[in-house]
Amino acid sequence: MDIHEYQAKELLSKFGVPIPRGGLAYSPEQATYRANEIGGSVWVVKAQIHAGARGKAGGVKICRSDEEIWEAADTLLGKKLVTTQTGPQGKLVSRLYIEEGTNIDKEIYLSLVMDRAKERIVVCASAAGGMDIEEITESDPDSVLNVVVDPAVGMQGFQAREIAFGLGIEPELVNKFERTILGCYRAFRDLDATMVEVNPLVITQEGAVVALDAKMSFDDNALFRRPQISELRDKSQEDPRETYASDRGLSYVGLEGDIGCIVNGAGLAMATLDMIKVAGGEPANFLDIGGGASPERVQKSFRAVLRDSNVKAVLVNVFAGINRCDWVAKGVVLAVQELDIKVPVVVRLAGTNVEEGRKIIAESGLTLRAAESLRDAAEKAVAAAKDSNAEAA
Amino acid sequence: MAIFVNENTKILIQGFTGRIGTFHAQEMIDYGTNVVGGVTPGKGGTEHLGRPVFNTVKGAVAETGAEASIVFVPPPFAADAIMEAADAGIKYCTCITDGIPAQDMIRVKRYMRRYKKANRMQLAGPNCAGTISPGRAMLGIMPGHIYERGRIGIIGRSGTLGYEAAEQLKALGLGISTSVGIGGDPINGTSFRDILEEFEKDDETDAVLMIGEIGGPQEAEGAEYARDHMSKPVIAYIAGLSAPKGRRMGHAGAIVTSFGESAAEKVEILKAAGVAISPTPSDMGSTVAAVVAKLAA
Repeated sequence: MDIHEYQAKELLSKFGVPIPRGGLAYSPEQATYRANEIGGSVWVVKAQIHAGARGKAGGVKICRSDEEIWEAADTLLGKKLVTTQTGPQGKLVSRLYIEEGTNIDKEIYLSLVMDRAKERIVVCASAAGGMDIEEITESDPDSVLNVVVDPAVGMQGFQAREIAFGLGIEPELVNKFERTILGCYRAFRDLDATMVEVNPLVITQEGAVVALDAKMSFDDNALFRRPQISELRDKSQEDPRETYASDRGLSYVGLEGDIGCIVNGAGLAMATLDMIKVAGGEPANFLDIGGGASPERVQKSFRAVLRDSNVKAVLVNVFAGINRCDWVAKGVVLAVQELDIKVPVVVRLAGTNVEEGRKIIAESGLTLRAAESLRDAAEKAVAAAKDSNAEAA
Repeated sequence: MAIFVNENTKILIQGFTGRIGTFHAQEMIDYGTNVVGGVTPGKGGTEHLGRPVFNTVKGAVAETGAEASIVFVPPPFAADAIMEAADAGIKYCTCITDGIPAQDMIRVKRYMRRYKKANRMQLAGPNCAGTISPGRAMLGIMPGHIYERGRIGIIGRSGTLGYEAAEQLKALGLGISTSVGIGGDPINGTSFRDILEEFEKDDETDAVLMIGEIGGPQEAEGAEYARDHMSKPVIAYIAGLSAPKGRRMGHAGAIVTSFGESAAEKVEILKAAGVAISPTPSDMGSTVAAVVAKLAA
C-alpha cells in the first residue's frame, strides 16, 4: 500500500526525522491560509499523488506571494497530473501540501528497501540526491553506499555513521544525520514498511538535516497489525476497477485489453494472460479468485470484470483441485443467468470431475463456450472478443 | 527415493484441529501419507482424526519421531509456528499459509541460521501448495490424483499452475518423482537453486521442470546452478510475460521492481544457461517430453 508524501513525513517525524513545516490544503484559499500560518517569504506548493517525478511534471511549484500560491493551487487541484511514473492516464490531484521554503546546501539520496536476494533490510544512500535511483546507478554507480541490517539486532549507530562519513557529511552534522537515518530505519521496521525513500534528504545552509521529500510503501500482509496505516489509504489514487475488486476480497489488476479473465491461483492467472497474448488477444485484467471457486466468488468476479466497459469477452479458467468441476460449472451458469451477461463467456475447467463440469457448461443454453485446454480457451476467447467487436462495429 | 518426503516420512500437522487443517489433514491421510499427529497449543492429550494432538512441536517430535511438518497456522502466528518447528528438530517443513508479513519471514530466515547446516530445517513456502511425492506422500493441499508417479521433478511458485503442469505431463504419460511448491512470497524458504541441488542428487529423478514467475532473483540463481552443477536437464516456464512493470500480480512477490526480474529477462538468463524453455504455459508438458525423449535416445 502506498501513501502520500505528507503522510509519510508525518509518520517519519514521529520517529525523530526532521521535516520542514507544512500543512495540507484542499482549496486555493486553504493553501494561502496555510502559507500565512507557516510564515516566511518562500513556499512550495506540492501536489499529493501516489507517484514520483512530480517536479518535472509541474506538480511542485515554488511561490513567493499569496497570489502565486493561489494561482498554483488553482492550477493543480482537480488536475490529472501525468508523470513518468503515473502512466498516461495520470493521477488526480485533490490534496496539496504547502511547505516552507528550504535553503539547500547539499542533496542526498536515502532509501531503505527489502532486499529479496539478501532477505534483509538494506539502506542505500548517495551524494547524488535529487535524481532518482535508476539515474544515479546509471550515471554514478560508485556513489551508492549500501548497508545491510541484521534483523537479529537491527540497524546500529556505526552503520549510519559509515554512511554519513562515506557521503562526506561535515563532522559536526554527523550526529544529526545518524539520528535521521536510524529514525527512518525504526519507522520502516515498526510500521512494516516495504520501502522508505527520502529524496532528497537535504543539508540546509543553516546546518540542519531535513527530509525534503518522503515516500513510503507498506506490506499489505502486515496491515492487520497496523490499523493506523490502513487508515491512510486514499482510494482516489487507485484504479477504480481495482478498488472495487479489492474491497470485495478479490486480487485484481486492471489492464488495457478487452478479454476479461477469471482464474483461480495467481500463477495460473498470469499464465492465462500470457496465453491470451500468444493467441493474439489482449487481456483486460488479472484476477485471482483464490483457491476455492465458490458460486458467490464466481459471481463477485463476474461483477468486477464486467465493470470494465472495454470487456468484450470473458475467459473463466478454473483448475478445480479441492473443488469439483461440476460444482464450479454450476456456479458459472448461475452467475451468467443471474447477472444476465451478454458478452460471450469461454469456460475452461480442469481437474476433479472435469467431464461432468464440461457437460453442464455445454448444455446450459447460455452464451457459454466450453474449452478443453488452456490454449483452446485462449484461442476461443480471442475469437469471441473479435466477434463481439465485429458485431459492435 | 524422491526428495524431502516419501511413504516412510513421519509427518506432523501444525494447526491440526482448525477447519482448514482438519480438511487437508484428512485428505493427506486418505492419500496414504504417514501422518503421525498434530499440534494445536492447548489441545494436547486429545485425539483428532485418529491421531494424537500435542501442545508443542517439541513434545510431538519426542513422542512420535516426526521428521516433517506442514503449517496451516493463520498469518499472524505462522512465523512463530515455523520457528517452533525449526527449534524442535523438524527436518523439512512446508508452510501453506498465505499472507505472512515479509518482516516476519526475514526473522524466520535469520532464526533458522542459528542452527548448523546439518541440523538446519529446510523450509518450503510459505504461500505454496505443499510438496508431493506421488503415490507415496502428500504434504500439501493439491489434488493428489492428478499427479502420476514417475521421474520428473517439479519446482514451482504457484499452486494451480503446478497442477496444470502435472496434468499436462500425465496426459503425455509422464510421471513425477516429487513436486515442491516454494510459494509466491518475496521472502521464502528454499529456492529453486536449493531444490535443483536435491533433484540432482536424487536417483529417481531424470529431469526437472522449474515453474517460475516475475519478481525476485531466484530463477536466475537457479539458472546459474543448473549451468554449473547439474548433469540432469532442466526445463523452465516463467509466468507473467504480459505483466506490466511495478504491478503486483496476485502473489506478494510477483512484481517487477528492478532489472532482471521481468519474465522476458528471466527467460533470457535461463536460455543462456542452457535451460530448455517452454514458450507458453500450454507447452510445459510437451517441452519436458521432448527433452526426456532426447535423454532416452
